[in-house]
Amino acid sequence: MPLDNAPEGKRKFNVVGTRPLRPDGIDKVTGRAKFGADASAPGQLVGRILRSPHAHAIIRKIDTSKAEKLPGVKAVITRDDFPDHTGGSGGLYDTLCNVMAREKAFYEGHAVAAVAATSASIARQALKLIKVDYEVLPHVTDVDEAMKPGAPLLHKDMFTDGVDPKPKKPSNIARRFEFGHGDVEAGFKKADIIVERSFKTEAAHQGYIEPHAALASMGPDGSAELWCCTQGHYMVRDVCSQLLGIDIARLRVTQSEIGGGFGGKTTVFIEPVALALARKANRPVKVVMTREEVFKASGPTASTSIDIKIGVTKDGLITAADGVFRYQGGPFQGCSPAEFGAMSAFAQFHLDNVRAVAYDVVCNRPKTISYRAPGAPMANFAVESVIEELAHKLGMEPIDFRIKNAAREGTKSSYGPVYGPIGLGATLEAAKNHPHFKAPLGPNQGRGMAAGFWFNFGGQSCVTLNIPVDGSITVSVGSPDIGGSRAAMCMMVAEEMGIPYDHVRAIIADTSALGYNDVTDGSRTTFATGMACILAARDAIKKLCARAAATWGIPEDAVKWENGYAKPAGPNAGDFAPLSLKEIAEASPGTGGPIAGHHEFSADGAGVSFATHICDVEVDPETGRSSIVRYTVIQDAGKAVHPSYVEGQFQGGAVQGIGWALNEEYIYGKDGRLQNAGFLDYRIPVCSDLPMIDTQILEIPNPGHPYGVRGVGETSIVPPLAAIANAVANATGVRFTQIPLSPPRVLKGIEEAKKAGGRKAA
Amino acid sequence: MAKVVLWGSLRPHTGGKAEVEIEARNVQELLARLGDSYPGLQSQIKRGVSVSIDGLIYREGWLQPLKPDSEVFLLPRMTGG
Repeated sequence: MPLDNAPEGKRKFNVVGTRPLRPDGIDKVTGRAKFGADASAPGQLVGRILRSPHAHAIIRKIDTSKAEKLPGVKAVITRDDFPDHTGGSGGLYDTLCNVMAREKAFYEGHAVAAVAATSASIARQALKLIKVDYEVLPHVTDVDEAMKPGAPLLHKDMFTDGVDPKPKKPSNIARRFEFGHGDVEAGFKKADIIVERSFKTEAAHQGYIEPHAALASMGPDGSAELWCCTQGHYMVRDVCSQLLGIDIARLRVTQSEIGGGFGGKTTVFIEPVALALARKANRPVKVVMTREEVFKASGPTASTSIDIKIGVTKDGLITAADGVFRYQGGPFQGCSPAEFGAMSAFAQFHLDNVRAVAYDVVCNRPKTISYRAPGAPMANFAVESVIEELAHKLGMEPIDFRIKNAAREGTKSSYGPVYGPIGLGATLEAAKNHPHFKAPLGPNQGRGMAAGFWFNFGGQSCVTLNIPVDGSITVSVGSPDIGGSRAAMCMMVAEEMGIPYDHVRAIIADTSALGYNDVTDGSRTTFATGMACILAARDAIKKLCARAAATWGIPEDAVKWENGYAKPAGPNAGDFAPLSLKEIAEASPGTGGPIAGHHEFSADGAGVSFATHICDVEVDPETGRSSIVRYTVIQDAGKAVHPSYVEGQFQGGAVQGIGWALNEEYIYGKDGRLQNAGFLDYRIPVCSDLPMIDTQILEIPNPGHPYGVRGVGETSIVPPLAAIANAVANATGVRFTQIPLSPPRVLKGIEEAKKAGGRKAA
Repeated sequence: MAKVVLWGSLRPHTGGKAEVEIEARNVQELLARLGDSYPGLQSQIKRGVSVSIDGLIYREGWLQPLKPDSEVFLLPRMTGG
């Protein structure tokens, strides 16, 4: 779908680009909105899950007999209730192993059994009566330790894929990836200055405020219903059906309002367990995770260990860039976003010689899942830290160094393809000209910046648009609204139909109502499902024009649609008074029945995305505490459909990045158990920690969308880690190579630098 | 024939070649013929790949037509948050 009315900038929008009230706002602030745990069904039972206390253990035997005899217990399930319908290998089998442990428990919190009972207290008692016979094994939670020869081995049959020759011994390294082009060794020979550093980042959780919740019901005929909070209820339907061995059409999934996802709700955890309990108990079962379970048994992001080497000439041209990216993704292969870290790491530069090698590593930690631009923030932290250091060594302004080496249209990207029109240069220039960049800094303050990249994609969407007799419109979409997409859908339909925004209502339809819709991820929904809304509206307009043509007795192609009215296309079509949408809808029962528009497709052409962030940090030299005093996000949105939502996405990504950079981390004890599974000890930023995040939306139209829209949900989390680390380095004179930049770590770095007599790396 | 560029760690499966040429009308045909010609690539193709055709990324797009001179990059299957 090419950009309409190209060249862009000439189309005048009436609704798109305005800031109407969000349609879900009142329900959410008054408590009327139904989230996952708000679902209920007559006769429902309480489901609870027994979890492994061990980081790594063989499960010899599970004795559920005492739990089953407890009055009020209606079902107890274990691995025996999940026969393998997956073929025994691949990602689906790993999902099966994750939702209910089979031979081994791979991490503290791994599900080993579950009960359904008539009350929460009985369910808890029943869990205590389940006896699990474990053979505790040595464990490993650190990515570097896991890669060492002799590390505790998670899988005896894991032989590193992607190396030649294939290893003869198993290891915890699942796969090796390599991307790049040119000759990095030759490039380094041309360099006048080379900086080489090693970095580490800790695992962070998405920190969504709503824990996972699911209510399942399954009848004796095998037909089932599931209500849950998820980023993709069609995905939930398909995965659960396959894991439970039932026909996809027999399972209907309804998505609740969602209290945040950020990638963390793009897979299943408790949903198949709730369904299996409901099947066994023959009654509805509701399972709701506690916050502790969310931390221990959902999917945080990867922890990493990264080496970066970049060479430059003395006039500031990068001659070569090389990186090694080690990401642990929990106990199963293919879960860490190592390859996307490597692919995105150098994507913002024009490089003749680049190499990025990635290792996907398994550890005794929860199975990781996406977190906004999966894999990119950690790689960006490492690369942009080295870039800043190189700029200092060159005596160049960091922004000028970045502009000089920025990727542009025609650049062969570090992951392969050649870029078309991209907005990186525009974000860098806008940063350079932003008042923030010239504002004076106070004592103990430093300014940092970073530029980041993310891919974005389109995917499958299916939309139906119904026009009842009063001419109002209901748009049924299958993409869960996690960032305000219902408003964007209504706006695009209103724009296309030529009617006011508040005449359109968008709902998220259940899985029985529409064709498959991909998960809301990859910054795809406003782009892809929005495009399906536009095309469904065009389909409806065609039908509305046909009704008007039939009413007037003229050919369909003699009717045009303009500002909500069917009109004769020209003087030769005849002299008829325009018919409004409402008039055509009102007459529809007698002119052919209901009027609906529809579109289904797999969208492509999402276009890559870039952002530049500027950050001022003040570091307390007494305590090492870093405070963000000013923060600016500059990003290309293609066309901002609802600018407030776009700004919200920019701000949200920045805030999550700030938390990741300064405080958030999974802390493991020597026993392999998570030490901080709660918001008191896992410190996410709150409003009082933050300044107002300033935003600047650039609109460089995406040629792959009729309005020029580009996804904006993920890129904003990519630059903050590096921007903050660079600001802290400039405030303290110490280059930190490990995040989070928690007060003890920063204080230690400052004190060590003082002892060493100046600037150093910590 | 379309030029297919492989990421580095796939090259052992093509005898070290970074680029191979495949006669195919669309992505589906290209992946099938790639797997037939280089069986070592089949496990990755089965695991999931996305492609970039002449600079545009297609997450799936099996029926996306290829021109005789198209440049196709094989990429790991895109995921997002």
